[in-house]
Amino acid sequence: MSHYFESEDLKKFGDIARHGPEHAELFFKYYGAVTGRDGALSKREKSLIALAVAHAMKCPYCIDAYTTACLESGADPEQMMEAVHVAAAMQAGITLVHAVQMQNHLEKLIL
Amino acid sequence: MTVIPLKIERADEWSDKYDFETQLERHGLALPPLTIETLQVNVTKTCNQVCRHCHVDASPARTEKLSRAGIERCLEILEQHPQIKNLDITGGAPELHPDFEEFVERAVALGKHVMVRHNLTVTFDGHPQTGESKRHLPEFFARNRCEVISSLPYYHEYFTDAQRGKGVFGKSIESLKLLNAQGYGLDGTGLLLNLVYNPVGPYLPAPQAALEADYKRELKQKFGIVFNGLFTITNMPINRFKLHLEKSGQLEAYMDKLLAAFNPQAAQGVMCRSLISVDHEGHIYDCDFNQMLKLQAGMSDSGADRRPATIFNFDFDRLLRRRIRFDAHCLGCTAGAGSSCGGAVT
Repeated sequence: MSHYFESEDLKKFGDIARHGPEHAELFFKYYGAVTGRDGALSKREKSLIALAVAHAMKCPYCIDAYTTACLESGADPEQMMEAVHVAAAMQAGITLVHAVQMQNHLEKLIL
Repeated sequence: MTVIPLKIERADEWSDKYDFETQLERHGLALPPLTIETLQVNVTKTCNQVCRHCHVDASPARTEKLSRAGIERCLEILEQHPQIKNLDITGGAPELHPDFEEFVERAVALGKHVMVRHNLTVTFDGHPQTGESKRHLPEFFARNRCEVISSLPYYHEYFTDAQRGKGVFGKSIESLKLLNAQGYGLDGTGLLLNLVYNPVGPYLPAPQAALEADYKRELKQKFGIVFNGLFTITNMPINRFKLHLEKSGQLEAYMDKLLAAFNPQAAQGVMCRSLISVDHEGHIYDCDFNQMLKLQAGMSDSGADRRPATIFNFDFDRLLRRRIRFDAHCLGCTAGAGSSCGGAVT
């Protein structure tokens, strides 16, 4: 029986080069440069950001990968959970800030 | 006559994919012994704890211990070889060996630097079989100026208790306070207190310097504890930890991770090039992990000299000509920043 999002499939990420090697190479080089080393942000900070994005974008591959990456960069579970709360709070805020649009339109409609 | 084979013949699925010597060949590396600076002695498998990652499979039920004759022979070797500067005593909980304190005192009297792999909780738990108290250990260590090396998988209870057992974190903190009270970890005392970080699962340690800074800040702020250095050690895929990986279906992924992170620079610094490990029967190994896998070292690398090495046929010069026995688990010591009993090697 086949399933979507098999954890084993994460290993095949490099296979996206099969039908477009040049773009894949550019992407992986860029990806590695941004996430794979300390810069203005530490690898730990980048891993926590990536973990938050993984949740916001609901990517199971990324959640597994960046849970491990967070641990390997020295983050602790409290920091990881807080990063997810940042993602959740942002999503809640993004939903709620649209209520301004709703209220603006409401005011136009109401006599 | 038993001789040590030059190469470990494997018949399982690890034979090719994770062959360590293939990695060395690929990177043009040869790793002969450099010296024997440290004699590491595993004096007992008895322990008051049952850690989930323990490569020794130590527990309160184990009874194996080095004989009196074995202790005497180790002291003779230390006395006869000024090249061997360090005695590294491990276990189990080495303090549970009946001759532990005499072993330490006599090695110190020989001018050796004595390191004790102290699990912190034994100070409060005492001997699990006899009930003997070990409350005097912090004072004993300080009196003999031993270097104390203690596992603390994290500065939070959650990770520490998950790996080492419920209540271990709290006891470890109280024990560290007792060591600090003796002067351990304090500037100017010369009493070295080093902590050991192990990942709590199948992942690599975080960079040692950054993690050490976190430990120092958190332990000082939350508990007023100070220490000298943090050693990050990678979990070896053997014994209890390997069994956990097999049961949870994570073994292959972990081995792939270690293989992908092979670091030639770390390989050159592996501890087996400057250390030998002794078990409770006096057999000699290239390291504590080979000891647990019963991969006994040969006396030397040629012909009949490949007899199994023991403390009773100890020959320093021949041992320097031995061929170190590598296997798939060695990938754990060469992954990322490398790993040894003294932490990262790069």
